[in-house]
Amino acid sequence: MSDAVLEIEKLTITLPPGADRPNAVTDLDLVLRPGAVTCLIGESGSGKSMVARAILGLLPGPRVRVAGGRIQFEGADLAAITARQMRKVRGARIAMIFQEPMTALNPLHTIGRQIDEVLRIHTTLGRADRRARILALLASVHLPDPIRLLRSYPHQLSGGQRQRAMIAMALALSPRLLIADEPTTALDVTTQAQILSLIRDLQREHGTSVLFITHDFGVVADIADTVAVLQKGVLVEQGPKASVLGAPKHPYTRALIAAVPKLVPPPRRAASTAPLVVEAKQVEKTYGARGLFGSRVTRALDGVDVLLRRGETLGLVGESGSGKSTLARAITRLMPVDGGEILLAGHSVAELSRRQMRPHRRRVQMVFQDPYGSLDPRQRVVDIVAEGPIIHGTEPGIARVQACEMLALVGLDPSAAQRFPHEFSGGQRQRIGIARALAMKPEILVADEPVSALDVSVQAQVLALLADIKARLHLSMLFVTHDLRVALQVCDRIAVMRSGQVVEVAPTAEIFFAPKHPYTEALFAAVPGAQWQEPIPA
Amino acid sequence: MQTALARFASNRLALAGAAVLLGLIALVALTPLLYPGDPFALVGPALQPPGGQFLLGTDTLGRDVAAEIAYGARTSLIIGLSATGAAILLGTLIGGLAGYYRGGVEVALMRLTEFFQTIPAFVLAILIVAILSPSLFSEVVAIAAVSWPGIARLVRGEFVALGGREFVLACDGLGAGDARIVFRHMLPNCTSAIIAVGTLLIGTAVLIEAGLAFLGLGDPNVMSWGLIISSGRAVLRSAWWICAFPGLAILLTVLAINLVGDGLNEVLNPRLRER
Amino acid sequence: MRLARFLGYRLLLAIPVVLGIVVLNFFLIHLAPGDAASVLAGESGAASPEYMEQLRHKFGLDRPLATQFGVYLLNMLHLDLGYSFRNDSPVGSLIVDRLWPTGLLMLTAFAAALLIGTLLGLVAATGRNSWRDAVISLVSLVAYATPGFWLGLMMIVVFAIRLGWLPTSGYDTVGADNEGWDEVWDVGRHLVMPAVALALFYLAVYARVMRASVLEQIGMDYVTTARAKGQTEARVMVGHVLRNALLPVVTMAGVQAGNLIGGSIVVETVFGWPGVGTLAFNALQSRDLNLLLGIFFVSACLVVVINLAVDLVYVCLDPRMEL
Repeated sequence: MSDAVLEIEKLTITLPPGADRPNAVTDLDLVLRPGAVTCLIGESGSGKSMVARAILGLLPGPRVRVAGGRIQFEGADLAAITARQMRKVRGARIAMIFQEPMTALNPLHTIGRQIDEVLRIHTTLGRADRRARILALLASVHLPDPIRLLRSYPHQLSGGQRQRAMIAMALALSPRLLIADEPTTALDVTTQAQILSLIRDLQREHGTSVLFITHDFGVVADIADTVAVLQKGVLVEQGPKASVLGAPKHPYTRALIAAVPKLVPPPRRAASTAPLVVEAKQVEKTYGARGLFGSRVTRALDGVDVLLRRGETLGLVGESGSGKSTLARAITRLMPVDGGEILLAGHSVAELSRRQMRPHRRRVQMVFQDPYGSLDPRQRVVDIVAEGPIIHGTEPGIARVQACEMLALVGLDPSAAQRFPHEFSGGQRQRIGIARALAMKPEILVADEPVSALDVSVQAQVLALLADIKARLHLSMLFVTHDLRVALQVCDRIAVMRSGQVVEVAPTAEIFFAPKHPYTEALFAAVPGAQWQEPIPA
Repeated sequence: MQTALARFASNRLALAGAAVLLGLIALVALTPLLYPGDPFALVGPALQPPGGQFLLGTDTLGRDVAAEIAYGARTSLIIGLSATGAAILLGTLIGGLAGYYRGGVEVALMRLTEFFQTIPAFVLAILIVAILSPSLFSEVVAIAAVSWPGIARLVRGEFVALGGREFVLACDGLGAGDARIVFRHMLPNCTSAIIAVGTLLIGTAVLIEAGLAFLGLGDPNVMSWGLIISSGRAVLRSAWWICAFPGLAILLTVLAINLVGDGLNEVLNPRLRER
Repeated sequence: MRLARFLGYRLLLAIPVVLGIVVLNFFLIHLAPGDAASVLAGESGAASPEYMEQLRHKFGLDRPLATQFGVYLLNMLHLDLGYSFRNDSPVGSLIVDRLWPTGLLMLTAFAAALLIGTLLGLVAATGRNSWRDAVISLVSLVAYATPGFWLGLMMIVVFAIRLGWLPTSGYDTVGADNEGWDEVWDVGRHLVMPAVALALFYLAVYARVMRASVLEQIGMDYVTTARAKGQTEARVMVGHVLRNALLPVVTMAGVQAGNLIGGSIVVETVFGWPGVGTLAFNALQSRDLNLLLGIFFVSACLVVVINLAVDLVYVCLDPRMEL
């Protein structure tokens, strides 16, 4: 007990009235040991971020506050110390890094100045000493050209570089505890892998304890020594990684782990000979910014070829900026293309105007990523789903009846029809989006990251729904995702994209066991938890 | 709708503003009863201080200041509402076209909007009224001509933001035409912002109208608060009430309008941007 | 280097704006009822028939509209704004003579409104929902609804007539031949009320914008980061929030510049301040449209210049501004 770095006892954090529960966190007990990485895992709304903030007294607003319990650190109760004493702890003894490095850094200060600030607050070093220290820190997080970086502003760096700078800033004074609040969630898979290994290395080097907040079991598998599982503010399971991941005791933990798509490819199948429903040849799309002082042209799609056969699911996989969403929208003709050919069931649609495209809309429909932005907040659900058929001539009364049938098909209660989107959860809204797409009776369904914004348990349900519907209605599906686990579970073939080009296309099993392109190899290797073995079902 | 009204009502300041406005509207409606006759008519001895028979005194020619103020209220309301309505129509059209079609259309229309926002509004308004000869109509035209850019920028911003939202893209995918997307989806999602800004615009319109009348550019056949103030300027030393009360009326009216506008903004805007 | 490029770019953009002003002027002239020449010569009867003929010839009123515009444009570029008959002087020199008093008034009012308004906004935001926030917000609301000319009149009644602390009108004491600091003091005393009358409305605007901006910034992640580093609240406010919060205020200042000029017309009239505003008022009285148009042109160009300066300030403050 006495060798703990941080000890949380019976912590309770209240929420303002009107929230979905009275406390963000109730009676939490957590012990952080020296030199260990403790992962606090939970879904959104579980209160995990609140715990992180409570430690440093950074809870938002007067009505969200610590209502009970103690946080013992270096002989003091952090929940009870004065503001002045807390300021001495922050940044020096306990440091914190956040999820979104773009917004977590002051856009108007240089990187050098922001790191300098920590040194100025807590040390009496002179200017030259501080500068030397900052340069050393930047080098230790493997940032190139530290001298130039000193004078750079956050917007001039990439996401990964910004996060490295934040880590440098946090470790500047070798704190005993580092709190990392979902630091890799907003990053690409390959960048994520680099940052995770950086944190691990630095942690070992400095002997820092780390409290790592995450929602991703893969990350836990890669980096944790101890795991604590949080469900709606209550700690349901805690223990060494091997036992929590290998033999979870609590039903919630088991359910969560079961919901994570396994990094196991489906069995090999014979190549499909079904007719082509989508044929995209040499598709091009460029975004140009031709300013007065030179042009900045981005090739979002650089001569892309894609084939989709009837009844199969093709995955479009890649990191941000790879062009996968752009390709999906190009095929659905939600945006015009600058070159190439697109054939939907044999019909060429690349050059059609919006008006000419209208009759072809029935063939292909899209399901979108953002459950909060993909539904018109001012429309009733039944109208949202019925709108497509009404546009194409179905009588409104009949269209609404059919819409209700669609809602039942996606697993929603008929009473949902008269309600508005904001009354539903994220997963339910995605179902409404799927119903809207299906109401048009398309042959091809294009799903653009349909589960990326959902919690892992809800994700599993929506994926199951999509699989079920696809089988029942004999659909062909184009599935865009950045999450390789999901792609392995759902897709028959996978096309890997990078910088507007298709780098490799192959059946799922083949691409997993024998990737041909080095980028594909790197992508699969970067998936967190790649080494994690599945628990034996109890 | 119920909850929106309730939330508005819980804002005491907004409620007070609404009460004042209702009182104003009542005054305008009842004016022919309360102060029958022509407000320009001479009804008593000149320069009577407030109190007694004339609640707010009489002016330099012996007109009842209270009657003048009551009739002036009508002018302010008419001009305020018409000018704002015209500005909203014009601004929504221009901003909507710019925000929906983007590209060259957007650039051109936004340059135009910026231009009209840059040039000194009040000076332009004066010029327009002077050139078209002072009348209710020319005042409405002038005020609308300087007020529309604010709405245009707002609507264009909203349309650009909405255009990127996935539900608009989804409508496109369903095969909806431009008209349907704009009128059924985008405009309804803008109305709350337009209402909130539009209400504040009414207040500005009343202030501009008062300024124009003060400078002698008001409709000569119509009583206006600014006109009363300008007529009282010469006797400011001795008969301060002629300038004081109409100005107070302006202040209270614009204040009430702004309070209501702020209240509407708070109620209408956060809900629909929910997460 | 970056600054020079930016300046050049913005100047280039300003040219169509100035052109636009000239087009607008031209349009307004032809909007007026009657002969364009009579418009430009002021009220009919004030100008001699020979001058009217001269005007007609000069502006080519029998030639196609495009040519007329070309001639008009050329004149404007030579800064020939015409002649004012009522005042018996070229419009250009009339305006130039009055620029200093108006400039002084506007600058004082602008500076006061910006500095005090921003400060009040900051104070209100940091004490959110407390005493001082409520008071400042209330004062802002009332100031935002007060007509400047009426405020001026009421101030005259109270401070000049009843209390006798300040002079009722004018730029300086007539007759007294003050020199040096005495003159400065005298002008200063005359400047107080007009500046307050002009500034109050904009003070409210800046206070409101600043308050909203500060509140928005306080909720940002980088503020949490700064606190997590152990920074004191005061330093977080001044070192981090303030500069970020000022950006929208600076933008707003540029937009309000044009309105400040308009406001000065009524305020100068009320206080008999011998600036461009009173000139405009007199032009209105005598229906001297040409003089009014000249004032409009000059003030619009002034706003363009002010906006350029504001843009410059913004670029210096915000490193994210790419060209």
